[in-house]
Order: sequence, then C-alpha cells, then structure tokens
Amino acid sequence: MTETTTPKTDDLPEALAEIVTDFAETPSDDRLQVLLEFATDLPDLPEKYTDHPELLEPVPECQSPIFLVTEVADPEAGERAEVRLHFSAPPEAPTTRGFAGILHEGLDGATAEAILSVPADLPLRLSMSEIVSPLRLRGMSGMLSRIQRQVSERIGKITAE
Amino acid sequence: MSTSIPADPAEKFAEYADGTRLVSTDWVAEHAGDPGLVIVESDEDVLLYETGHIPGAVKVDWHTELNDPVTRDYVDGEGFAALMSAKGISRDDTIVVYGDKSNWWAAYALWVFTLFGHEDVRLMDGGRAKWQAEGREMTTDKPQSVPTEYPVVERDDSVIRAFLPEVRDSLGDLPLIDVRSPEEYTGERTHMPAYPEEGALRGGHIPGAKSMPWGKAANEDGTFKSAAELKELYTEQAGLGTSDEVIAYCRIGERSSHTWFVLKHLLGYENVRNYDGSWTEWGNVVGVPIVTGAEPGEVPGR
Repeated sequence: MTETTTPKTDDLPEALAEIVTDFAETPSDDRLQVLLEFATDLPDLPEKYTDHPELLEPVPECQSPIFLVTEVADPEAGERAEVRLHFSAPPEAPTTRGFAGILHEGLDGATAEAILSVPADLPLRLSMSEIVSPLRLRGMSGMLSRIQRQVSERIGKITAE
Repeated sequence: MSTSIPADPAEKFAEYADGTRLVSTDWVAEHAGDPGLVIVESDEDVLLYETGHIPGAVKVDWHTELNDPVTRDYVDGEGFAALMSAKGISRDDTIVVYGDKSNWWAAYALWVFTLFGHEDVRLMDGGRAKWQAEGREMTTDKPQSVPTEYPVVERDDSVIRAFLPEVRDSLGDLPLIDVRSPEEYTGERTHMPAYPEEGALRGGHIPGAKSMPWGKAANEDGTFKSAAELKELYTEQAGLGTSDEVIAYCRIGERSSHTWFVLKHLLGYENVRNYDGSWTEWGNVVGVPIVTGAEPGEVPGR
C-alpha cells in the first residue's frame, strides 16, 4: 500500500500531469491540505446554471451531491473543440469539491480530444488511495466518465439518449 | 460510568435507558478542554474536519484509520492502541464523538471503540451540523496530541458484533432489524439512493428482517428522537417488544451502528449486535437465502 513510485503522467494533458506530480511530491501528511485547497478554489457555478439546475447532470457515484455540466462552444471543431467545465457541490462535501477542483484545474479549457484521452485510472494516480481510500476515489471516476460522455455527445461522437 | 467527567444532566437524556451516553452541544462547549476528556470528530467526508472543527477535537477517519487495509476487518488490538496513542487518548479518558450526517459515522466510531472495551464513549447529540447551526466556535487548528500509553487490548467480537454464520443460524429465532432505505430492503436497488454502487449481486433483505431505516431515529436537526418516540419506532413498529436479543444490519455496518446505539444505550436492549458484514456480504454469499419485496418474508426450512 505504500505509494513511493512516481505515477505515470506522460499520457495526461499538461495541467493534469502537473497536478499528479504535485500530489506525488507532497508529503503524505500534507496531501489532504492540497485537496482542501482545490475544494476551496473550485469556482462558483455561473448564474445561468444556478438559475437552471436542470441543465446539470448529477453524479451518483459520489457520496455527496454534486452536479456537473460541460460546454463546447464550437462543436464543429470536433476533437479540437475547446471544452469548459462547471461543477456544483455544497461546502459540507469538501472531498467531492476537491475532486471537482482537480478536474476543473486540470481539464477546463482543454480540447475535447485531450479530455477524451484521460485514462480512467486517473484518480488512482493522485497518491491519495491511502489517505482518502479507494472507495471515496470512485466518486472522481464517476465525474470523469460523465464529463467524457457529455463531451462525446456534444461533439457528435456519440448520440445522446 | 466510573469517570471524573460528569454526565450531562439535560432532562431529555434522563429519559433514556443510559442517558450518560449522550451530551449536548451546550455541555461540550462548557467541558471542552477538561483534563480526561477527548473530543473526536468522525465524518463520512474525509476533509470536513480540515475545513473547521470544535476547538481541541481530534479526527478519526473510519476508512483509513479504523479498518484493516488488508483483511475486511477492524484494526487489531495493537493497531487500536497505536491509533489511540497517536490521538492522545488514554484508556480511562472520556471520549465524546461527533460527526456529520446525524452522527452516523460518529456512532460507527463509538461502536468500534466499544469493541475494544473503551469504557466511557459518548455521542454529542445533533453532531457537527447542530454545533455549526448554533454558530459555535470552530477552528482549523489541529491540536498537538501527546502520545499516550494506551494498552494493547484484544478486540472482543463476541458481545456486540454478529457474523454471518450466527445470523444464518438464528434465522427465525432472533429479531433482525434492517436499517437500510426501503428501496434497498425491497431489493429494488442494492445501494443507497444517491450513493455509489458498492457491489452486491442480489437485492433484497435477510429473511424475517424487519425494516426500520436508521434515519428515523433522528430529528431534522440530527439529534436523537425522544425516548418515547424511539420506543414507538422500535419496540412497537419494528416489533422488538421485550426481546432480549436483536441483530441490526445495513450495507457495511455503519448505519446499523447508529441503530445499535439507539437500541443498546437509549432503549436499553440487553444483547444488541451489529452485523457489520451486512448486505455487501449477505447479498453476495453463495448459498444464503434472501427475500425480496416489502414483507419480512418466510425463513426457508433448514
């Protein structure tokens, strides 16, 4: 269970790779503090969504209520289209907010291609399995897979139900 | 309880079988910092404590500190002694636990502490949410715990913990309380509404178990319902009557710790055990029977 090996980052978008490296280089005892900073820094939801919560998708894989939405301004650009991410999670769910904060900082503004290429085991590379537990990290996998599915739909790679 | 830390004399608590197991937020505000008293926060969310907690409180996390990382079990006597020492808790200290979600995880921690025979463990009625709602002081400063000489005490699983073979062998003889949501009880789903799927092959309940969702024991503000209300729920509605033995279960044993606390300490049932293997074990084991639907169902002939 010791996390001494450096996690793989060469298949990640640059901003996400940086986060993975930061966590790995942070002493284990301080990693929760880093996660808390991501939770604190998660931007508020833009007003157009606070007024229309039905536009957001719930993520039931998380222990706490979280909603997310992706935006693609120029779907014709396909995989080169830029993607914006928005999340909503209450302050009493800081772990979930922290996961959202990592995905926001790591992927907001990235291309659809970059987002779709993020490997599913990303949460396990964040050096948090011991301090947060694998079960809780599942919530982050849930967010990532929903972001990827939404992006595929928006650029027309798959058809929404 | 033989401790120098006084009980909370609140009228509400005097109505319970053992009201000394509860303290109010007022009491904690008054006694925090008393020598021999340690306040412990235990939450579902692993980061909540870091966002602010009762001054002087230490954190105990159920996932990462109470469980053995390899065996599906709790830490052993040595592990528990090391944990208590690291938190600055002595064997004869009074522990007051509080947490999020109506003290759901706090009750779980209290139950695990009880497995190791720590004598004086209490819950703060209403938990973290009530403390916060009352606008009481919170801090992000972590106390510097001084390691203690906590003795290595073997975990005693024989009194308040039930295992699958015991549950299977007592089907039809002992009252069983299923504290999960109605949807989990009927078998419509295998996990809590709005919670992650944790994997059970079949949905339903243990044959003969009565449904009494754990949250019914709590008021809107997270405090426990009155003794009379709890009696109506468990003694009457769940049909426990004067039974001297009962087993509670849920999905992994945490929600049923909350019910265990209610039955054992607030209502005074003598032999209450928590089957912590719960549905993630029972629902997956080859050869054990289940029942689907809203009725407790028949116990299959053995």
